[in-house]
Amino acid sequence: MLTFEPYGNPTYFALLGVALLPLMIGLLYGKRSRLYETLISIFFLVLTFGGSKWTQGVALIIYILYEVGLTWGYAVYRRHKNSGPFFYLMVILAIAPLTIVKVTPAVENGQASLIGFLGISYLTFRAVQTIMETRDGTLKNYNLMTFLQFMLFFPTISSGPIDRYRRFEKDYRSVPSREQYLGMLQKGIRYIFVGFLYKFVLAYYFGTMLMPKLQLMAMHSRGGFMDLSWPVVGYMYAYSADLFFDFAGYSLFAVGTSYIMGIATPMNFNQPWRSPNIKDFWNRWHITLSFWFRDFIYMRLVFWFMKHKIFKKPTTTANVTYIINMLVMGFWHGVTWYYIAYGLFHGVALMVNDMWLRYKKKHRKSIPHNGFTQIFAIFLTANLVCFSFLIFSGLLNKLWFN
Amino acid sequence: MNIKETVLEILNDLTGNDVSGAMDDNLFDSGLLDSMGSVQLLLQLQSELDVTVPVSEFERSEWDTPNKIIAKVESMA
Repeated sequence: MLTFEPYGNPTYFALLGVALLPLMIGLLYGKRSRLYETLISIFFLVLTFGGSKWTQGVALIIYILYEVGLTWGYAVYRRHKNSGPFFYLMVILAIAPLTIVKVTPAVENGQASLIGFLGISYLTFRAVQTIMETRDGTLKNYNLMTFLQFMLFFPTISSGPIDRYRRFEKDYRSVPSREQYLGMLQKGIRYIFVGFLYKFVLAYYFGTMLMPKLQLMAMHSRGGFMDLSWPVVGYMYAYSADLFFDFAGYSLFAVGTSYIMGIATPMNFNQPWRSPNIKDFWNRWHITLSFWFRDFIYMRLVFWFMKHKIFKKPTTTANVTYIINMLVMGFWHGVTWYYIAYGLFHGVALMVNDMWLRYKKKHRKSIPHNGFTQIFAIFLTANLVCFSFLIFSGLLNKLWFN
Repeated sequence: MNIKETVLEILNDLTGNDVSGAMDDNLFDSGLLDSMGSVQLLLQLQSELDVTVPVSEFERSEWDTPNKIIAKVESMA
């Protein structure tokens, strides 16, 4: 049987077009067929997780049953009781499978865990968020079927964007007016075509044509200071371009497909390369991930630290939490020194960024702010980000330890 | 003191700016508020007005101007 990587080749898009057509006609006439939506979801899930990848399919089913059990159980429990330790236990249990999947390669010589499957980290974000909002009391009407649809929504299952339960539910339970839907359809189709340009032209050029050559040159030019050379610099920019076009392209496919299904999945990128500072960069790059970290790790930790008066100064609280937040993000990418260094780099960058913003606020009169400083800030931010992606790429690991 | 005055005082303390002249300006876009400031705001609201707002209730787009914040707090008090 055939298996497909989501949005991986023309056949996948052809099947997608055919499968979505009846759904589009339905939505244009103000109807949403849950049965049909469920059927095509299952169809595309089987395409992704069936055939030779059936072990992943089994892992996915077991994982989903497990997370449904946790979230549903917690929602029932939360109606009557609200104990802190029990909440923490539920969160730990919800991230346990992901933790096992992430740690296994590090302790088993690169061997992938049996319980892993494509998209497990993105599904974990959705489950943990559901538990946290249930705890806060902001999510009161947990519905098992909606949760299943939310978790298994096929356009975004493999790599996000990471939607929120309540936002998804609102779209899923309603049907857009014809005018609204025509707008969504137009946007969705445009996103998919921009995605083609990003993923199959630009990412292909940078990632498949340029990067391997530059890597080879970088490996041959070792011997200088820290084995660095011009090809390493070239690789840094090519890798950054590839990372952006590949992931932004995928995200455009996922958001575009969602729009065609009448679900306004949030956007993942918003012109990240024009950010004047690192803080702004994280408001524009992999937005649904960084906002998830902001809302469910950073803000909650800050809240907890301040409520219990752990640190005297708010700035210390902010700095410590930046480091924790970005380190967790680093670990989430995988347990390797370069992912963790990448997280630490961004944590420190956010700290320095805040220090500078405070300094600037105090000395507003003596620090120039004009077109030139703006361009300089954008240039500096983009290069710092590219440098962090060089760490992230693992090339340094190959240069130094291979 | 009413809710509006208290909220404005908290915001003035937090941002170091007098925001009463720009009630519809976006506090996040202007850099006066960030995640840290939002949490401080929520804690202040709790201690001074006894309004409890869970972090997950804090949808940025509903809290981004002084007027919106006052309306939100009034609806919860």
